[in-house]
Amino acid sequence: MIRSRTFWFLVPLALLGVLVLIVVKGGTLKRLARGLPPVEELSVDRVRLTPGHIVVDVVNGGPDPVTIAQVMIDEAYWAHTMTPDRTVGRLGRGRIEIPYPWVEGEPHQIKLVTSTGVTFDHEILVAAETPRPDAQYFLVFTLIGLYVGVLPVAIGLLWLPFLKRLERRWIHFALALTAGLLVFLAVEALHEALEMAARVAGAFQGTGLVAIGVLLTWLGLQAFGGPGSRQQGAGDAAAGRMRLAFLIALGIGLHNLGEGLAIGAAYASGAVSLGAFLIVGFMIHNTTEGLGIVAPIAQDAPPLRTLVKAGLLAGGPTILGAWLGGVSYSPLLATLCLAVGAGAILQVIGVLYGALASETKTVWSPLNALGVATGLVLMYATGLLVAS
Amino acid sequence: MKRLSRREALKRGLLGIAGAASAASAGSIAHAAVVGGVDGAAHPDPHAVMTGGVPAGAGIDPTAFLRHFDYGEVSKRPNGQTVREYQIVALDRDLEVMPGVFYSAWTFDGGVPGPTLRCTEGDLVRVHFRNGGTHQHSMHFHGFHPASMDGVFEQIDPGGSYVYEFEAQPFGLQLYHCHTMPLKRHIAKGLYGAMIIDPKRARPRANEMVMVMNGFDVNFDGENEIYAVNTVPFAYQANPIVLQRGELNRIYLVNVLEFDLLNSMHIHANFFNVYRTGTSLVPSEFTDTISMGQGERHILEFTYDRPGKFMFHAHQSEFAELGWMGVFDVQGSGGPLV
Repeated sequence: MIRSRTFWFLVPLALLGVLVLIVVKGGTLKRLARGLPPVEELSVDRVRLTPGHIVVDVVNGGPDPVTIAQVMIDEAYWAHTMTPDRTVGRLGRGRIEIPYPWVEGEPHQIKLVTSTGVTFDHEILVAAETPRPDAQYFLVFTLIGLYVGVLPVAIGLLWLPFLKRLERRWIHFALALTAGLLVFLAVEALHEALEMAARVAGAFQGTGLVAIGVLLTWLGLQAFGGPGSRQQGAGDAAAGRMRLAFLIALGIGLHNLGEGLAIGAAYASGAVSLGAFLIVGFMIHNTTEGLGIVAPIAQDAPPLRTLVKAGLLAGGPTILGAWLGGVSYSPLLATLCLAVGAGAILQVIGVLYGALASETKTVWSPLNALGVATGLVLMYATGLLVAS
Repeated sequence: MKRLSRREALKRGLLGIAGAASAASAGSIAHAAVVGGVDGAAHPDPHAVMTGGVPAGAGIDPTAFLRHFDYGEVSKRPNGQTVREYQIVALDRDLEVMPGVFYSAWTFDGGVPGPTLRCTEGDLVRVHFRNGGTHQHSMHFHGFHPASMDGVFEQIDPGGSYVYEFEAQPFGLQLYHCHTMPLKRHIAKGLYGAMIIDPKRARPRANEMVMVMNGFDVNFDGENEIYAVNTVPFAYQANPIVLQRGELNRIYLVNVLEFDLLNSMHIHANFFNVYRTGTSLVPSEFTDTISMGQGERHILEFTYDRPGKFMFHAHQSEFAELGWMGVFDVQGSGGPLV
């Protein structure tokens, strides 16, 4: 019985194998091919600048091999070497090293000319030496992560005593507000993930990767993130609220991982400009994230240690992301991180809804609706500080 | 100005912090980069800007093309007039216009530029044209001729042929090219060449060279990626043109460059006499740089008094670095010339 089941499972697979063989070995391909030059696709994955040198990593995301014949920098042909080979196979990678006297602080254009005359462009927005991952570098990124991730979140956590002194319905308002914040972050993370996905080499299907990242994270947290708050007994209520707080912290943390990655990459690619105002704006913006974490546990008395843990979980990944982004950045990795962040936040929003539903009869009371709206507007308004 | 996204703003702001928080680190990185930018000697050998030399599949040998003139099959009419007959066939060819870069060109006789036709004013020129390509083509000669010989209204289908017949007039440096619409594409793809009509009283003996300034839009975006004289970028840098000190040099310079409004030629450490369109035996100008629009052509004459390597190139630096650059290797030794 089992044997026949296995047999019938394998029959379509075997037939598929035979079909593939016929197409590849038989004359079918020749009949289908129109003798046109292949549509080439090549993505620049990463550009590193060292004194007097530009190193370009390329990925072939197209259906056919691509041969890079010449390299143009700033509209001039330039001597270069390419490893491992001038021809980059499907899903393959290549590295081009170009000795070039690039100019600190100025943009440069790279144009790769393939054997069929197709060109692929990449712009270095602001040339700066790619930082080496030494102690100094890690120190700088730790500082960045502290400023943007850890400290603002920690400050936001300090709203806990204030929340404690609120009436129950205002606690619910705070939870709704948290949901609003998270919806804003989720939309933003999704947008950034899709934007980054456009830079992923075609064959790696950036958009599909976003869907996978978002949904797998959502499903994973849903399936393994602990029992939903609705199934809990009254005794577990406090533990459930704590779990919710940590879920929110995790969601924000995964989101910040993606942010950190982008920062690291920007630092590595040299998009540098001083803007204290922006930093301040960002700190205000991200402080609201801390508020979101403590909203569910306002009625409890968590020990300080727990709060520190939650703060590190939410803010710490910024540092990790920044390190990663600077050392080994790729659009693929960035897309995946941003998508995971979006998925985590979406899942937390669902859990928040469950928590509210278990505590009140009418989830969508005017006050709660106002809470969500306030959360959205708060993120938008503090976001204005950043975008100026 | 691009609108800043949140993340973009984030990056910039943060990098600001990074600088402020660790001024020493940011400073040291900036310093290192400046040093790198300045003394990282990058263009180590000016001959090595392009990877590879003159490609085998270029369709022409630039060095041979320089001094190759097609005088046609010569006969005499009873009235004493010289008749020159040329066989020219239009062919589709994939040319390796630059090492490793292949361009699906349309050619006269399999190369770009087409052969340099040469005759004397008053000769009867008869060009037997056959279209071996896949599109309609024609031949349009600059010069005096009847309307039916103008190559505009008589388009030749693939497989078809046509005989262009006219008396070579006026003397000078002429141009021929395909005049099929879309004209831009037919010219950009390589259907052009030079035609020299010598004056009855020949110009003084000289080392004569043909230089057709052209380019290739290899990705078909309406801009050239490759600039050159005689098709192959940097060809005369890889293989410098040997000149003899004290010898008169004469360049038949034609500009057929598509897409760019102007092209030019500049020679180093020397000046040349310009015979505009080659229609006069008296020079109109003495200069070292001449600008030319598409279709313009001039004869340049100059002599090098000193031995050594001298560069010549388009004085649009962009064109020069994209291939329109070459070197004269002036040979001969001894004291000053008298």
